Amino acid sequence: MMTEKIFLQIINSLRAEATEEVSLDSPEREPILSSEPSPAVTPVTPTTLIAPRIESKSLSAPVIFDRSREEIEEEANGDVFDIEIGVSDPEKVGDGMNAYMAYRVTTKTSLSMFSKSEFSVKRRFSDFLGLHSKLASKYLHVGYIVPPAPEKSIVGMTKVKVGKEDSSSTEFVEKRRAALERYLQRTVKHPTLLQDPDLRQFLESSELPRAVNTQALSGAGILRMVNKAADAVNKMTIKMNESDAWFEEKQQQFENLDQQLRKLHASVEALVCHRKELSANTAAFAKSAAMLGNSEDHTALSRALSQLAEVEEKIDQLHQEQAFADFYMFSELLSDYIRLIAAVKGVFDHRMKCWQKWEDAQITLLKKRETEAKMMVANKPDKIQQAKNEIREWEAKVQQGERDFEQISKTIRKEVGRFEKERVKDFKTVIIKYLESLVQTQQQLIKYWEAFLPEAKAIA
Amino acid sequence: MEEHQEAGKEGKPSSTAVDLHGDSSLQVEISDAVSERDKVKFTVQTKSCLPHFAQTEFSVVRQHEEFIWLHDAYVENEEYAGLIIPPAPPRPDFEASREKLQKLGEGDSSITREEFAKMKQELEAEYLAIFKKTVAMHEVFLQRLAAHPTLRRDHNFFVFLEYGQDLSVRGKNRKELLGGFLRNIVKSADEALITGMSGLKEVDDFFEHERTFLLEYHTRIRDACLRADRVMHSHKCLADDYIPISAALSSLGTQEVNQLKTSFLKLAELFERLRKLEGRMASDEDLKLSDMLRYYMRDSQAAKDLLYRRLRALADYENANKALDKARTRNREVRTAESHQQLCCQRFERLSDSAKQELMDFKSRRVSSFRKNLIELAELELKHAKLQGPPGTPCQGAMETRSWGNKGGTLAASLAIFQCQQALHGKGGGGQDTWV
Repeated sequence: MMTEKIFLQIINSLRAEATEEVSLDSPEREPILSSEPSPAVTPVTPTTLIAPRIESKSLSAPVIFDRSREEIEEEANGDVFDIEIGVSDPEKVGDGMNAYMAYRVTTKTSLSMFSKSEFSVKRRFSDFLGLHSKLASKYLHVGYIVPPAPEKSIVGMTKVKVGKEDSSSTEFVEKRRAALERYLQRTVKHPTLLQDPDLRQFLESSELPRAVNTQALSGAGILRMVNKAADAVNKMTIKMNESDAWFEEKQQQFENLDQQLRKLHASVEALVCHRKELSANTAAFAKSAAMLGNSEDHTALSRALSQLAEVEEKIDQLHQEQAFADFYMFSELLSDYIRLIAAVKGVFDHRMKCWQKWEDAQITLLKKRETEAKMMVANKPDKIQQAKNEIREWEAKVQQGERDFEQISKTIRKEVGRFEKERVKDFKTVIIKYLESLVQTQQQLIKYWEAFLPEAKAIA
Repeated sequence: MEEHQEAGKEGKPSSTAVDLHGDSSLQVEISDAVSERDKVKFTVQTKSCLPHFAQTEFSVVRQHEEFIWLHDAYVENEEYAGLIIPPAPPRPDFEASREKLQKLGEGDSSITREEFAKMKQELEAEYLAIFKKTVAMHEVFLQRLAAHPTLRRDHNFFVFLEYGQDLSVRGKNRKELLGGFLRNIVKSADEALITGMSGLKEVDDFFEHERTFLLEYHTRIRDACLRADRVMHSHKCLADDYIPISAALSSLGTQEVNQLKTSFLKLAELFERLRKLEGRMASDEDLKLSDMLRYYMRDSQAAKDLLYRRLRALADYENANKALDKARTRNREVRTAESHQQLCCQRFERLSDSAKQELMDFKSRRVSSFRKNLIELAELELKHAKLQGPPGTPCQGAMETRSWGNKGGTLAASLAIFQCQQALHGKGGGGQDTWV
C-alpha cells in the first residue's frame, strides 16, 4: 500500500520536526523585555499586570516584575499554556431583523488569574467585534500583533435572521462558530493580551455592555473606513529612513507570504467547490444506479447494481466529509493567516507612523529653536521665554518620540518572532491533521471497494 | 495535426464484444487509425479463411461515414428485421478537447511553466483517450457483426471489409438528415398507435414482459449513463484543481522558513500524487462505467427497435386478418387476401422466433458485460487507491484483470488491449511535438 506508507512517512516526519527546538531566522533574539512596565498607553491599574504565580501586587521591584514577565514568557514558550477556549451551541435569540445568534464561550483553565477553573458565558458576534476593537485600540499602535476578528457578513446574517433553516445558513453559522473559536484561541495564546482586563471580562462576566460601534453601517463603522483610507494614503507618503535592515527584510517576507497564501487560498476554494459538486453528482449517480438495479430482471445483476448504488452513496458521504476537511482545515487556515498577515503589516505601518511622529517632533523642535534665535535677535524678552518653554516641551516630545520608536521596534521584533513560531506550529498541526483526513478517506475508499468486489464476482 | 496509433498484432487474442462461438473464420480488427484535421481514418484488417474472400488477410481504410452507411444498410434490410442490429458507433468528436487545447495555447500569463506543462499533458491525455475510445467503438461494431451468424454473411459487409477503394458514401445531406429525423417521429407515432390499437393483443407473455422491461430499462440506463458522465467530469475537475495547488505549495515551500519548508514541499508532492489518482479514477469510471452504460443504452435501443418491428409485423398480420375476413364476407379477392395474410403470418412468426433468440442473447451479453466491467471497476479502484504498480502504466491493471478469450469481452477490454499494445510498442503519447 504505497500511498498509505508514504502518507504515514510524511506525517511522522512532520511530527518529529514539530517537537524539535524551533530556532527562527531572525538574527536578533531579544532576551527579555524592556524595563518599562506597561506596553499599553491607556493607564491600567498596575495590579492587573501581575503574573499569575506571584501574589504580591506591587510593581515597585522591577526585578520581581521582570522575573514574572519572564515566567510568563517561559510559560508560553514551554507550551504549559493552560487555557482552553471553546465556542459552541449557537442559538438564535429573538425574531426578525433584530434576531441574533448567541454562542456559548467556555473557558477551561488552571491559571489563577481566573476565579474559576471552568466557566462559560453567552456572547453574540458583535461582542467579539467589540473585544477586538478594544484590544486593537490598546495594543496595535505600540506594536502588538492583535489577532483580527472574523469578518462580518451582512448577507449571511440576514439569511439567518430571516429564519431560513436550510443547509447554507447552518453552514454559515458553523463557519462562523469555528472562526470565533479560532479567534479566541489565538487571542489567549498571546501572553500580553491574556493579561488584559477586557479579555478577562469577555470570558468571565455574565453580562457584557453591548458594543455599539461595531455595526457595519454605523457612524463609527464609516469613520473607521475613512480612517483606513486616510492611512493608506499616508503610508504612501511616508519616506522612512530605515536604519534597521531587519524591518525591511521582514516586511518584504510578509508581503511575499501574503501573495503566495492568497494564490493558494483561491485554488483551495476551487477545490472545495468541485469536491462538493463531485459529492452531489455521486449521490445522483447512486440513485440512478439503484433505479437501474430495480429494473434489471437478472437477479444477481440486480443485486450487484443495488450494492453498487450503496457503495456510491457511501463514497458520496466520504466526499462530503473530505470537502468539510478541505474547507475547515485548509482553506480557513489560509484565510485566517491572510488576515493575520494584514494585522502584521498594520503593526509595521504603526511603527512608520511612530517614526513620523518622532521626525515631526524633531522638525518642530528645530523650528522652535529658530524662533528662539529670531526672538533673541528681535529682543522680545517675553517671547523669548515662551520660545524657551516651547523648546523644553518639544525636547521632551522628541525624547518621548525616540523612546516610543525604540519601544515599538523592540516589541515588533519580539512579536514577529512569536508570530512566526505560532505560525509554524499552526501550519504544521493543520497540515498533519489534513493529511490524516486524506489518508482516512483513501482507507475508507479501499474498504468500500473491497466489500463490493465479491458482490460483483457473484453475478452468475 | 496527426496522431498515429498502432496496435501490434502479436500476442493479441480474439477478444471481442461477443462470444465467437469458437468460430474464428472471420476476424476483424482496427489495426491502425490516423486522426486528421476533421476526420479519422481507420484501417480495418480482416483475417478470414472464408471462401469468397480473395485473400486470407487484407485491409482497407474506412472513415466514420462508411460505418454509418453499413449500419443503415443493415437497418433498412428487411431480412434482418428480426435481429438486433448492433448500434452504430458514435461520430468521433474532438471538438471539446481541441477547444480546450486551443484555449490553453492562447496563454494565461499567470500560470507557471510547470503548471502549463502539466495542463497540456492532461489535455493531451484526454485527447488520446477520446481517440482510443472512438477506435474501440468502431471496432466493437464490426466485431459484433463478424460474430453474428446471420449478419456476417451480408454482402454489404463483405464489400465494406474488402473493397479497396473509397466507398463513395457521402455524409447525409440535409434532406436525408431531415428525412431520417421525420422517419423517427413517424416511427414513434406509429408505435404509439399500434400499441393503442384495439384488438392488438400481445399473444406472447415473453414479449409482453420484454417490452415493459426494455422501456423502463432503457430510460433508466440512459439516466445512469448521464449521471456517470457527470461524476467522471467532477473527478476530472478535481484532478485539474490539484495542479495550481501543488504549484503554489511548491513555491511556498521553496520560499518558506526552514521549519515549514519540508511540510509544504511534501504536501505539494502529495497533491501531485492525488492528482494522478483522481485522474485515474476519472478514467476508470469513464471506461468501466460510463462507456459500458452508454453502450448498453444504445444496445437496448436497438432491442427496442427490434420489438417495434415485430409489433409492426403483428399489426400488419392483424390487419391482414381483418382484410381477409372482409374479403371473405364480400367474397372478393379472397385469394390475394389469403396469400397476403399468409405472408404476414409467416413474417410475424419468423420475426418472433428470431427476436426471442436475439433478446435472450442480449440479456446474457448484458449480464456478462456488466459483471466483467463491475469487477474490473472495483479492482482498478482498489489498485489505484493502493497505488500498486508503477504509476503511468494503466495497462498494468488492465493486463491482470481482463479475461482472455471468449468470455464476453467488452469494448473496455478492447480499449485495455489497445493501451497495452501501445505500452508494449513503446509508443507513448504519439506526436506530442505536433501539438500546436
